[in-house]
Amino acid sequence: MTSETLPIRQHPSEMTGAQASSGDKVTIAPRRHPWRWVGGALIAFILFRIASSMVSNENFGWDIVAEYLFSPVVLSGLGLTIWLTVVAMTLGIVLGLVLAVMALSTNPMARYPANVYLWLFRGTPVLVQLIFWYNLAALYPAIQLGLPFGQVLAEYSTNALITPYTAALLGLSLNEAAYMAEITRAGISSIDRGQEEAAKSLGMVRLLTLRRIILPQALRVIIPPTGNQVIGMLKMTSLVSVISLYDLLYSVQGVSARTFQVIPMLIVACVWYLFMTSVLSLGQKYIERVCSKDAY
Amino acid sequence: MSPMVTARGVSKCFGALKVLDGIDFTLARGEVACLVGRSGSGKSTFLRCINHLEEINEGEIHVDGSLVGYRRDGNTLYPLSERETARQRLGIGMVFQRFNLFAHMTALQNIIEAPVHVLGIRREAAVEEARQLMARVGLSDKLDAYPRQLSGGQQQRVAIARALAMKPKLMLFDEPTSALDPELVGEVLEVMRGLAESGMTMLIVTHEMSFAREVADTVAFMDQGRIVEHAAAAEFFGNPKEDRTKAFLSRILKSADKERDAA
Repeated sequence: MTSETLPIRQHPSEMTGAQASSGDKVTIAPRRHPWRWVGGALIAFILFRIASSMVSNENFGWDIVAEYLFSPVVLSGLGLTIWLTVVAMTLGIVLGLVLAVMALSTNPMARYPANVYLWLFRGTPVLVQLIFWYNLAALYPAIQLGLPFGQVLAEYSTNALITPYTAALLGLSLNEAAYMAEITRAGISSIDRGQEEAAKSLGMVRLLTLRRIILPQALRVIIPPTGNQVIGMLKMTSLVSVISLYDLLYSVQGVSARTFQVIPMLIVACVWYLFMTSVLSLGQKYIERVCSKDAY
Repeated sequence: MSPMVTARGVSKCFGALKVLDGIDFTLARGEVACLVGRSGSGKSTFLRCINHLEEINEGEIHVDGSLVGYRRDGNTLYPLSERETARQRLGIGMVFQRFNLFAHMTALQNIIEAPVHVLGIRREAAVEEARQLMARVGLSDKLDAYPRQLSGGQQQRVAIARALAMKPKLMLFDEPTSALDPELVGEVLEVMRGLAESGMTMLIVTHEMSFAREVADTVAFMDQGRIVEHAAAAEFFGNPKEDRTKAFLSRILKSADKERDAA
């Protein structure tokens, strides 16, 4: 390095360690990552070994997997799983919105019940809640509709009302509502207070402000985690196998109980869960892109 | 004619901090008053008490003859319901320092939102009115623009149009130009000057002294939650009576001189 002072207007690409001949062009070499290639090769090798062991291992029963992957019993279980996901999420989102608004209310008669609900339903396992609903008849053998302290208009046997299907929907949606309430509440709270103040100053009451101004903007914050919840719900539906509802998991368990081929049938279920989750994840990526585009 | 705004003995505390300390203030119809003072003097808080965005702890505020936020029965004040308070706010327009335009709506939608959904005005009539207001603030070509596509000065002018769409009797301005780049301040002040000349009753919290001197009828100086001096604009700037007012004005003028010399 020479001890000359650098001329002021020299372009950086023209500066070299030793000013050899002026006019020498200096190129920049791309960064190299030699160890990444080594690591990549190692991982590829390990994956190859795992895959080949899985393919050659007879205990996986790939022929049985192929046989049952598109069988009617499995497809009908898959259909119920998808249906439960859709219905439970829809109910959970709607009830979650109501709970969020209640939890944010200035009225303690709305706020306290909402917070107790959230505490109860997030504080106990979903599985336990499902079993509880399934066994509701043990607590309340009959459900009566009538006037308070007055005439009974109709009476239903709880056993008749609560089937595995209704218990599953109750358990899944009421639990989901609690989590959706937290997500919705966070979304609503994330909106700048100035929006609410401007609406107030224009004479808008709280519910109108919420509906027209706050919620539309809060959706951008609420939708991405909701997509996540949908993906979670798809897997959570597998819990209804515990109350004998023929979802995907219970259906494959039914087959494996007959044929004693446990692992291949579980693989059938996993393939479908993976496939559905991948489809939903693609949708999730698209949604997130839309939600972050033109950020306010 | 009765005054547009009368405040008597207004006090407010935020916890232990007394932000407003016995404010007496009157604003006549058609009068343009500027509220000046250092940050923390309570000017914005007092402004926000007038349309009940903040609640007062003591005293009374009347706007156009109605007690703000409460119903009086003998010697007791009963708080109004949310709906009644909202109805009171219909006659008072407010312009905020940070514009607070509804980010998910275009300028046009911002302006027609309250007339359609609060007053029940037909959409076509509201749109026509919005067009005229946008022309009045000089933004006829920006009807379908979103707030993020507008400059600060343009956003504030839309905000003024939005407040005017409700046909208020009183306009409150909370430091309307404080968040704007200097070169955008002028366009907003022009709109406000036009509004003043059309006879609107305005109460403006501002740091723009030359605007206050030219446009305001009266100027009030607030310090530590009290109104120190309230006089006609010419009197206020030309012959301030209180020492604190004189100190404040000399500091402001010194910094204004420095700015002029630097430019």
